[in-house]
Amino acid sequence: MTDKPTISPCLKVISASFIFLFFNIFNQTLFSQNPLQSNQSAPIYIPAPPTNVRAQDFKYDRGEAVEVRWELSADDTGSNFITGYEIYRAGEKSDSFILVGFVAPKNKLLIDKNVERGKYYRFKVAASYDGRLSYSEISNAVTPEMDIINWNLLNLFLVGLIVAGAVIYFIAHAKRGKKLFIRKIAGLEAIDEAIGRATEMGRPILFIPGISDMDDVQTIAGITLLGRVAKVVADYDIKINMPVSRSLVMTTARETIKEAYLGAGRPDAYNDDMVRYVTDEQFGYVAAVDGIMVREKPATCFYLGAFFAESLILAETGNSIGAIQIAGTAQPAQLPFFVVACDYTLIGEELFAASAYLSNEPKQLGSLKGQDVGKFLAMIVIIIGVVSATVSHAWGGEFFIKLSEYMQRIFTIQN
Amino acid sequence: MKRQVPLLITLVVGTVLILSVFFPPAERLGEDFSIFFDIIAVFAFFLGGGNLVRIHGNRLYKKNKDWAFSLVTLLGFFIMLIAGLFKLGNPGGISADVAASGSLFQMLYDWIFNPLGATMYALLAFYVASASYRAFRAKNREATILLIAAFIILLGRTPLGVYATSWIPESFSLLQIPNLAIWIMTSPNLAGQRAIMIGIALGVISMSLRLILGVERTYLGVDNE
Repeated sequence: MTDKPTISPCLKVISASFIFLFFNIFNQTLFSQNPLQSNQSAPIYIPAPPTNVRAQDFKYDRGEAVEVRWELSADDTGSNFITGYEIYRAGEKSDSFILVGFVAPKNKLLIDKNVERGKYYRFKVAASYDGRLSYSEISNAVTPEMDIINWNLLNLFLVGLIVAGAVIYFIAHAKRGKKLFIRKIAGLEAIDEAIGRATEMGRPILFIPGISDMDDVQTIAGITLLGRVAKVVADYDIKINMPVSRSLVMTTARETIKEAYLGAGRPDAYNDDMVRYVTDEQFGYVAAVDGIMVREKPATCFYLGAFFAESLILAETGNSIGAIQIAGTAQPAQLPFFVVACDYTLIGEELFAASAYLSNEPKQLGSLKGQDVGKFLAMIVIIIGVVSATVSHAWGGEFFIKLSEYMQRIFTIQN
Repeated sequence: MKRQVPLLITLVVGTVLILSVFFPPAERLGEDFSIFFDIIAVFAFFLGGGNLVRIHGNRLYKKNKDWAFSLVTLLGFFIMLIAGLFKLGNPGGISADVAASGSLFQMLYDWIFNPLGATMYALLAFYVASASYRAFRAKNREATILLIAAFIILLGRTPLGVYATSWIPESFSLLQIPNLAIWIMTSPNLAGQRAIMIGIALGVISMSLRLILGVERTYLGVDNE
């Protein structure tokens, strides 16, 4: 007969204490974090709903949007208890609300752009919490209406009007035969020299109009310059090679070059293959153009248009083959690359001025003079803005604070 | 007529697009014109594709110099075209999305086209290095200023820059290299960029007016006189 194992009373007490402690910890960690979960029978805390929901027609549009505003729920205190707001919409007499949007906590505006002009709408907003919703009262009824004029853009309209007026005035002024001074642009002065170099070397010219389509004004500026370049090319009887990444650019460039050859009295020398489509894909295009550069070794490369990440790859390849390079773009981020790798760079506005500058026509030069009025205005506004902001920040003064705020307000575009 | 019609179209479309910004009733018209452009661009794509095949086909046929490149181009063009048009290997069949996972088109795109594009993009790193080397040679005063600014920015974006000037007291914190780098980017650099942007905006207005008013006609291949 074997002895029964005995447990000492002391060990029993210790074991019981451990079991009690374990259940206590288990209970606390699993159920004590959320009172709503730990005790299903306890009353659920319902947060305050958003209040004062009001809907109004979104101003200065085609009557296709409604602005819904509300006051935040009193429980939207940043503790993440409120997880956001759901916005519901219904017709004037209907009580069936459909969800139209969700915004994060602390937001009290939603622009509903899925409404129709002339119909009535009502809204309600619900604070979302823990998978449940706390609904607001229903808003006023609103009807989206179309406005004739977008008064939000009045400042832009006035500035545009002044600049456009100045451009038109100076075009008319130049037509009357008044002499206008236009500063020299080195990059444009070098075009003839660059084409002459290609003639002397008996090598082709490469013209890249960027990788954007004809709906980009930079591409149009590049094509206008192509017209000038093509005329000289036709006169000198040099080969021009123009790989493009857009079909529409291809057709436009062909027309431009064809007309230039026609104008030079050498239509027989024109060939459709001077302009060829490569691909719409950015780096596929770069690979093709780099290949052409390395194989054909053009004497002169023009990069005039909209360029992006490919700018430096193209310009450095051109540099490596010893080509004279003239670039121009209105992409500020690409300008440093062109400045570093090319011989001449048309910086921003110079690209748009190039065709007018090369034409030497009074009407076109007049438009450049009008542009200068815009620059002069910009300078005055910048000086007033900088002085008022600096003085108001450093020394205060009601006049300068108000002036600074006013300047900020009138030069902020609201859409 | 050949020249007047495009000028008239430019005048009407340009004017409507400007008006559509300020007058909401004209907005729809402006959007419609943009859609017209997309439709024309789709038709022009056939011209582009046709041109590609014609030029490279000719080169291949005549066995011109570098004809092998033309062969690769045509093979790439037709393989992608056939894989996309007939949706070869597409698990959802002919009615499924052309870029459905598992289709030959998507596989060619993911495994050949994308890596090739990434390779070209990666070249940029080397070109930036070679261009920087040329740009930062202190040949004159401007280049020296550029070199110093670039050195501060490069250093300010590395842990070494933080470590090297962390001893500078808080009251002179602008002199700490990372702060100096931020100042260069947000003050002189941004000011220069904004000046360029203002010039570009004015240039765009002036150029657009020249086109709308028919003063600039070079893009039509005609002289302005």
